[in-house]
Amino acid sequence: MAMVDEPLYPIAVLIDELKNEDIQLRLNSIRRLSTIARALGEERTRKELIPFLSENNDDDDEVLLAMADELGVFIPYVGGVEHANVLLPTLETLCTVEETCVRDKAVESLCRIGAQMREQDLVEYFIPLVKRLAAGEWFTARVSSCGLFHIAYPSAPDALKTELRAIYSQLCQDDMPMVRRSSATNLGKFAATVEAPHLKVDIMSMFDDLTQDDQDSVRLLAVEGCAALGKLLEPQDCVAHILPVIVSFSQDKSWRVRYMVANQLYELCEAVGPEPTRSDLVPVYVRLLRDNEAEVRIAAAGKVTKFCRILNPELAIQHILPCVKELSTDSSQHVRSALASVIMGMAPVLGKDATIEQLLPIFLSLLKDEFPDVRLNIISKLDQVNQVIGIDLLSQSLLPAIVELAEDRHWRVRLAIIEYIPLLASQLGVGFFDDKLGALCMQWLKDKVYSIRDAAANNVKRLAEEFGPDWAMQHIVPQVLDLINNPHYLHRMTILHSISLLAPVMGSDITCSKLLPVVINASKDRVPNIKFNVAKVLQSLIPIVDQSVVEKTIRPCLVELSEDPDVDVRFFATQALESSNQVMMS
Amino acid sequence: MNNGGAEAAVAPVGGPQPLEWKFSQVFGERTAGEEIQEVDIISAIEFNRTGDHLATGDRGGRVVLFERTDSRDHVGHRRDLEKMDYPINRHPMFRYKTEFQSHEPEFDYLKSLEIEEKINKIRWCQSANGALSLLSANDKTIKFWKVQEKKVKKVCNMNVDSTKAMGNGPIVGSSISTSSRQYIANGGCTNNDFSFPTGGFPSLHLPVVTSHEMNLMARCRRIYGHAHYYHINSISNNSDGETFISADDLRINLWNLEISSQSFNIVDVKPANMEDLTEVITSAEFHPIHCNMLAYSSSKGLIRLIDMRQSALCDRHTKLFEEQEAPGSRSFFTDIIASISDIKFAKDGRHMLSRDYLTLKLWDINMNSGPVKTFQVHEYLRPKLCDLYENDSIFDKFECCLSGDGLRVATGSYSNLFRVFGCSEGSKEATTLEASKTPMRRQGLTSTRPLRSLGSPSVVVRRGKGADNAALDANGNTFDFSTKLLHLAWHPTENSLACAASNSLYMYYA
Repeated sequence: MAMVDEPLYPIAVLIDELKNEDIQLRLNSIRRLSTIARALGEERTRKELIPFLSENNDDDDEVLLAMADELGVFIPYVGGVEHANVLLPTLETLCTVEETCVRDKAVESLCRIGAQMREQDLVEYFIPLVKRLAAGEWFTARVSSCGLFHIAYPSAPDALKTELRAIYSQLCQDDMPMVRRSSATNLGKFAATVEAPHLKVDIMSMFDDLTQDDQDSVRLLAVEGCAALGKLLEPQDCVAHILPVIVSFSQDKSWRVRYMVANQLYELCEAVGPEPTRSDLVPVYVRLLRDNEAEVRIAAAGKVTKFCRILNPELAIQHILPCVKELSTDSSQHVRSALASVIMGMAPVLGKDATIEQLLPIFLSLLKDEFPDVRLNIISKLDQVNQVIGIDLLSQSLLPAIVELAEDRHWRVRLAIIEYIPLLASQLGVGFFDDKLGALCMQWLKDKVYSIRDAAANNVKRLAEEFGPDWAMQHIVPQVLDLINNPHYLHRMTILHSISLLAPVMGSDITCSKLLPVVINASKDRVPNIKFNVAKVLQSLIPIVDQSVVEKTIRPCLVELSEDPDVDVRFFATQALESSNQVMMS
Repeated sequence: MNNGGAEAAVAPVGGPQPLEWKFSQVFGERTAGEEIQEVDIISAIEFNRTGDHLATGDRGGRVVLFERTDSRDHVGHRRDLEKMDYPINRHPMFRYKTEFQSHEPEFDYLKSLEIEEKINKIRWCQSANGALSLLSANDKTIKFWKVQEKKVKKVCNMNVDSTKAMGNGPIVGSSISTSSRQYIANGGCTNNDFSFPTGGFPSLHLPVVTSHEMNLMARCRRIYGHAHYYHINSISNNSDGETFISADDLRINLWNLEISSQSFNIVDVKPANMEDLTEVITSAEFHPIHCNMLAYSSSKGLIRLIDMRQSALCDRHTKLFEEQEAPGSRSFFTDIIASISDIKFAKDGRHMLSRDYLTLKLWDINMNSGPVKTFQVHEYLRPKLCDLYENDSIFDKFECCLSGDGLRVATGSYSNLFRVFGCSEGSKEATTLEASKTPMRRQGLTSTRPLRSLGSPSVVVRRGKGADNAALDANGNTFDFSTKLLHLAWHPTENSLACAASNSLYMYYA
């Protein structure tokens, strides 16, 4: 037991706590591994710290995860890239643990280190490591190895490259589905590093194996590979090799595989080019839009705009639009909801005429949907359709939809519509808003649910920002201030909150003349909660108003509150007074 | 006596020779007159996929692990172990490995409901790196456990003298509050002029860790909770190694092993109006090979096979397995005894075994018109259904199991008896065994004839509270309804059976 110099004491403790009983302290030490390494110096880090970590790798997963993360950026502390290889053995062990997140982090760190290593070091240290993991006894090592090939491969000499491809092919046919899944996930990354001739032969045969796997979970990862591989291949090869796979995947027995195709299809379109898209992928997509399984239709419907953007308007109108019409009356509310969230984006793609003629009836029917999410999704994207045809055509149907949502019995629905009110206001314009929606905004301030009242207060502020103080003076402030006489103290509190939000928008004059008197008045309230909220609001008003007003009006009020019988009122009043003193001093 | 009985009972007409079962070992054997503790009663048994480990769960929420001792020197390449095929000639012997408290009794305050700690099911997961992992479920919650050997560490040669440090009190006490202070101190020293020399500080050194022995540690890695409104009756792993299902009376949920925060409801048989409820789910299991297929049984005696590829919500079955009831045979008890208490897939994935109150049925998944074979487990109870109904025994849930080669099936009965049947073509094998050290002594009795009371008090299984439940029929035959053998498991690769007789675990081999 040695004693350490005083300045080194914190670091000494940090080092000791690498092995503390308490996991929090161990974690803390591991997170500051770089500090420890700097204190030990590069050479001792290489010779002592790293072997020490290697030996003590049966720690809790949380600690191992942190260790894997730290080691990824450790090259500077071991003496630069020429010594990077000393980090590999520790991470190699971490690649074999059973906890997935630790393995993933170790692989990520190995990739980060490998990307910086010198070529001869990669051949000498990194590639053997990949081979060892790929031949690992437990599946965990083999799973990890799949994510390292794309780093190892480019630096390998030709003979070794052939070997690495053969090993990867083995991994694609491993007994354990976990390994095959990992090889499917990483195939795209690996393929990107493989030379074109081998790509067409070796990689494509691995891909074929994976696409015919018994396990749904493997096949559906192979779908993701389609897009990645498609981008690497020449267009004609892509059409020859990838397109048939996509077409067969789109008719796979498993809905999960079809679901993946529906999600990825527009990316595949980019890979195969416009002509095959028109001839082959449009029918595939149409089939997915009409799939038996609602989950697949949800995925397909959600991509309808992205897909139409790739096509020309004629094709979209001819093939996709009829499906969209069907989907708008789909039996599953989730399908309609997914459609509603993207369908507005089709307007710019189809152009004004087609939108008015074909899309508008769909918008209108979705606006009347029985399921609130569907209506909300339409309303949330109003700006997109406004650019094409203007809001007038919709506004008649819009209002009943908004009013109904505003009064929905589920508060989350009401909350959602409040959040769209500023957007609606900006789209519909002042005139429309005054007539129809103003009253609703006031009604929300009196809602039963706190979250709604809170959102309503914010909404009032955002409206004031949108239309300016003059408009707000006329249409918002008087109505809001009226409510301060509400018999329910929680509602009076909402108004105080609204005032504190409105004040910065309205500016000093209006605050002093209109808002402040109301707040001062409220300080006489019989409910202590109102009184301490008055103190809080007054504190927030101090920076906005003139110093003279603070002296004349705010401070006397606060002084009075600071002598209140209620302890909370006194606390917040004193706090506000202190902050006003600070403002004065500065 | 054993040999004589075996030969007399089964005439080898064809098919494989009937097995001659021998006692192997017993854990937690009761001594005469010992009172059984409720919490010690075994409620689940499961071999892992290699058969090298055995887990039992009990009503006290504990999981006990046993490991095979006779194959230690056979442990070959781990990759082979993963594939789990290697031949061993000796019969499996197990020893106690470790135990841990998996579930604790809980109270659901929202529903004012006590949640028992009793383990309903155990399922082993794919192991890696020598760590054992398993899922255990009580009525509401599934937990993922990892059991691993950890080095017992001894740390010495610290930088800061711990004895002195303690004397310094608040500065170095290893509490989190002081660590945050150290954190600030470190942050300070890196930001300030404090510079690290290129060679580092020679006075600092790493602690030395020495370890001599290994210690088994069980850690709960994940808790899959709040997904079941009713009691969980089954959990089952998928062959893809990444998902599992859990089933309660009305719903089956699909989980990803890595994600405990959400599950997908794939089967929901709850009617809009609970008064329309006509059947509940009693057991569910994944197909051993096809990751998309699963089967579940119902209280109506139906087995539904579903294909998860067809739809996200599997409320519609792909195949329905149902035996047509013989006309005119209906009685008040028909529906009750038809209820299936357990289903199991054979390893080949082609056959399914189901257990209802009186019979064991073997099904071919390609034939849904009726079982390929039906075995009478304790047909002599049929006249007694009325008594069994009155003392609730008729609702006992017997499990069933298949041998690894699929040639035999086994299930439990009353009086600590269990039965093994041969299911290959032409096999007449039907053995009755008793969960005791002399399993074959009941051999002379066949299923269709009532049990003969053997008189001697040491033979009749009538201990403790069991005496109250033992009933004598007109012929002087005894049925001990309290000593029922509900749980048993067949070793995956060998003819070895583990069965639970109340708190004792008996192992047999052939």
